[in-house]
This record gives sequence, C-alpha cells and structure tokens, in this order.
Amino acid sequence: MEHLHIVVCMKPVPDPKKWGKLKLDPETMLLRRGDVPAIINPLDRQAIEQALILRDQHGGTVTLLTMAPPDAEDQASEALAMGCDAAYLLSDPAFAGADTLATARVLAAAIRKLDAKLVFCGAYSADGSTAQVGPQVAELLGVPDFVQVVALEVRNDVVRARCEAHDGETVYESDLPVVATFSRNANVPRLPTMRGIMQASRAGIVRWTAADLDLRADASGLKGSPTQMLNVFTPPSSRKGEILQGTPNEVASRLLARLREQRLI
Amino acid sequence: MDFDLPKEAKLVRRAVREFAESVVAPLVDEMEQTGEFPPQLIKQMGDLGVLGLVTAPEYGGSNLGYLARTVAVEEVSRVSAAAGISLQVHHMGAAAIGEFGSERQKAKYLPALCRGDSLGTCAITEPTGGSDLLGMTSTARPTSDGYVLNGRKCFITNCHLSDAVVTVAKTGEGPKGISAFIVEKGTAGFCAGRHERKMGLRGSDTGEITFKDCLVSREHIVGNEGDGMTIALKTISEVGRSGMAATALGILQACYDEAVKFAKDRTLYGRPIAQLQAIQWQVADIYADLEASRLLCYRAAWLKDMGRDSATEATLAKTYVTEAAVRAAKKAVEIHGGCGTMLEYPVQRYFRDAMVCISAGGTSEIGKLVISRAALS
Repeated sequence: MEHLHIVVCMKPVPDPKKWGKLKLDPETMLLRRGDVPAIINPLDRQAIEQALILRDQHGGTVTLLTMAPPDAEDQASEALAMGCDAAYLLSDPAFAGADTLATARVLAAAIRKLDAKLVFCGAYSADGSTAQVGPQVAELLGVPDFVQVVALEVRNDVVRARCEAHDGETVYESDLPVVATFSRNANVPRLPTMRGIMQASRAGIVRWTAADLDLRADASGLKGSPTQMLNVFTPPSSRKGEILQGTPNEVASRLLARLREQRLI
Repeated sequence: MDFDLPKEAKLVRRAVREFAESVVAPLVDEMEQTGEFPPQLIKQMGDLGVLGLVTAPEYGGSNLGYLARTVAVEEVSRVSAAAGISLQVHHMGAAAIGEFGSERQKAKYLPALCRGDSLGTCAITEPTGGSDLLGMTSTARPTSDGYVLNGRKCFITNCHLSDAVVTVAKTGEGPKGISAFIVEKGTAGFCAGRHERKMGLRGSDTGEITFKDCLVSREHIVGNEGDGMTIALKTISEVGRSGMAATALGILQACYDEAVKFAKDRTLYGRPIAQLQAIQWQVADIYADLEASRLLCYRAAWLKDMGRDSATEATLAKTYVTEAAVRAAKKAVEIHGGCGTMLEYPVQRYFRDAMVCISAGGTSEIGKLVISRAALS
C-alpha cells in the first residue's frame, strides 16, 4: 500500500460540561464562545483516534486540519499531543460567519492541497449538530463518504467501514480516496501523554489563510454562506403533573390509556 | 507578569483530569476500604507519562517540569489525594536520582521509574523523627567493597511499591556525616515491613523499612560520601514540600467543588442554602484560600523550573496550603450539615486526607521555622 496520508478535520466547540454558562448574543444571534473554554469536538477525537490506529497499523501520516479562530491553537496542540504528525490551522477573517457549505469549501480546498487519500471527521459537532460538513467535503472532493462509522479498516487501498444505520449496521467498501465521519461508538480516544505534550510543544502548527488556498473570494465566510439565520430562540418549556387516582389496577389501566393517547407507546 | 499557565501545563491539566476522573475515581472506594494502593495504577500512570514529568527525555521522561508536575499532582489529588501523594513521593525518588545520581544510576533506574515498573520513594524519616536529620540513627559502615546499612525508616510512602529506594544513613558525624544510597528491593538485609493504617490518604502505601547488615556496593551511593544531608534537604524541601502543597491544593479544589455543588442543590426555607449569607461566607473563605494556595504552589514550582532556589517558597506553600486544605475541608463538611459526616459524601474524606497532609513532609511548626528564618533575615 502506498503512503497513507490521513487528514482529520477538527472543530473546537464550547466545553459541553460548561454549557450552562453559554449565552447567545442578542444582536448577532451567535453563541458568545469566549465565555466558555473550547475543547476538541468529542466526535472529532474519535476520528483522530481512528486515524492514529490506522497509522500505527500501516505507517503513514496523520494531519490535523481545523478552520477556526487563532486561539484554536490549543486544540490543535492537543491533537498533536495525542499523536498527530502535523497540524494546520486555517484562520482568516474572510472565513468568519461561515455556514456548513462555506466551511466545507475551505476544508476541501486545504485537503486538495494536502493531497490526502483519507479524510476523517466527527459525525457531527457538539454545538451545531448539523452532521453536514463531512458529507459536503466529500461532495466537493468528488469522493464517496461513509457516515456514522463505528469501525474502519484499509486493505490494499480498499476501505471497508461498518456504519450505524437506523436499525443496525451497514458495511460499505470503496476504493480510496474516501471521507468518513465517525460515531461516538467508534472507539475510546486516547489521552495525550506527557511525552506527547512535550513533542507537541516542539512541533509547529502551520497557519494558512485564504491566500494559501485555491478558493474564490466569495466562496468562504459569510459571503459564501447560502444559509441565512432568521432567528434563534429558546423554545418555552413547561412541566405539568397529574395524579391518577384509584386502585393500582385502575391506575395502571388509566396510565396505559393516557400513554397510548399521547402516542408515547 | 503572566498569570496564565503555559500551553503545556494546560494540556497536562486536561489530560490528567480526564485520567483522574476516568481511571482513578472508580478505584477510590476500594482504596478507602482496604487502605491499599491499586498496583495496576502504577503502570497506568507510567503509560500516561506522569511518572516522568521531572525526568529528562533521554531517561524516558518528558521533563515538562515542576509547574506541570504541580498541575498533575493537583489534578490527581482532586480525585484521590492518596494517589496524589503516591505520585508526588515517586517524583522525590526520581528527582533525587535525576539531580544527584551518576550517569550509570540514572540510566539504570530512571527509565524503569518513568515506565511504571515500580514507584520511586525517598526513605528518610526515622522513629526518632523526620525533620531532625542529624538525629538519625541509621548507619552505613564502609567496607572494602561498599557499605553495610543498619537502621529503621518509618512512615515511608510507596514503601512496598518501590523496587529502588533512595535512603540516607550516617557514614560519619555532623552534617557531612550523612550519605545517600539507592537500595534495591531484594538486597539481603533490606525489608519493607509493617503496613501503616492511616486516618486519611488511605490507599497510599505507607510503611516501615529496615536495614539489617544490608550490604550495598559503592555504585549505590548517590553523589559523594557526605552529600546525604544536601540531597535529603533539597529533595524534601524543593520536591517533597511542593508536592505536598500540590496534593493539598487538589483537596482544596475538591472541597470547593463539592461545597458549591451542595450549596446550590440543598434547599432550605424554600431556597438553595447558597443564598444564605452564613453559607456564602464559608464558600468565600474556601474560594479565597483556594486562589491564594494556587498562586503559592505555582510560584514555588516556577522558581524550581527557573533553576532558582525554591526551598523557602515550597515550604511556605506546603505550610499554608495544607493548613488551608484542613480549614476548607472543615467548612465543606459543615456546609453539608449531617450529610458531611456520612461516608457516602466525599467531604469527610477530604478532611481526613487534609489532616494527614499537615505532618507529611514536615509539620506546620517546622514549616514556620523555615518561613520565619526568611521573614527575619
């Protein structure tokens, strides 16, 4: 098998443990991300882990790719400390305000330049949860995509992946190149080791701006985003309680009837 | 002045916190019950790399330094102070060999200590006391091919878990009459005996070591004959005390976390007790102690990383933070009311653990002796 080059796309997201502190900016309707520390999107860690496993089996290179503000360096360093060989940070004011398609265009342009045969992503991000960027990258690169992957192997340039489906799993095969997005059930991501942290502090993070990519000016950022957000709001939620009276048998029948009526069972 | 942790130390915190919560936390109950250190944890800490934080890369460490080590010990101790003290005392053994050992000793012992083949330790305290070094009674009698050790060391952390113990014994009189040795488990006359049962830090291994006509070759002396006092004092004050401070800092953080959680959850008179001034003042005290303690710990570690003298600052940190941990734990128990005295709640453990931290590495009175020398100089 030729040299395996895997690019893993990573998104820094607000730490889900601190979501209670997240606020929406009433003007821009965007999350005020500065209020909460960022972490590597949890499913992207699954993607990193799978890439490192494959590299350990077959040799090759794992490159981390992230389109994010400059402070995403911390998450890129963490990925290096986990064992990635290189990290690229795509950061440019022109990329700001991107929807999933504009994000995918920037990532795809970088992946073309990096010349990777395998592209791994988390199945979805913990904050946006659209699950669109991975498949959009595949579409833009013109390669097959496997989504919600739980296991993946590469033999003689053929990728075989088990993917979560509605009622079970589906197994797909494809020649390289392939984009795969990983489920939370794919593996248990490794922790960065102390030696990994030491090595990461020596390895540099490569910064690319729009000028480094072969991309039309109106393809990225807010300008390149067909999605227009009209409103973001917290839906009202309320609870109500009802106490059913009667003998245990009567209460059980009434409860069953009410659950059926509400189509809950 | 930059009060932000360096990038590496932040990564260490993230990795060690996750390790502590996923690997160490499930072991805590059993450690409390049995008082024993879980042996599998040694290798797991080795794989993570925390055993090699103050050891050079050529001997298998990462040498991320003492600030990173403080953060690591703090994060482990936040979940289990017993695991935290075990880790920090391991660093004492590794640092004594790394700073004062010969090339041959470093190559022989440090890679195994970093991997987690066993834990390191320093056996200095004797039944006559720990801080009165000149009063020690253990002897190392020179012979034609080495030294014969006789004596008894007590309250030794990692005593039964260590394959190579750094210890000190008298080779003469006065401050230059003490020498340091590495004694390997299995050497004839070496015995790791009695297991101590402690009120807190249960699950850290504490015991007694006896040397009975224990013959070690000249290759086992650390530094030169007569260097033992310097090696012991520097290791205890700069590594051991900053490590105890970090252990207590982890306890303090845990006290704060649990006190705030409980105060926000527990409802009294129709509102969370966090809205009562009596509770707010207690939480404010814990928070202030936590913030002050963290700065003291990090400064002492930073000085050591800069290659500057840190003995006084580490002793100051140790004395202040261990006392602050006891204060915080007492308040955390009180905020919990009756629940605080129940074994289901961790705050009672923090109190017992914090109390043990006071005497480990030198009592508060010994600490004040050191601090007052600096204050009055």
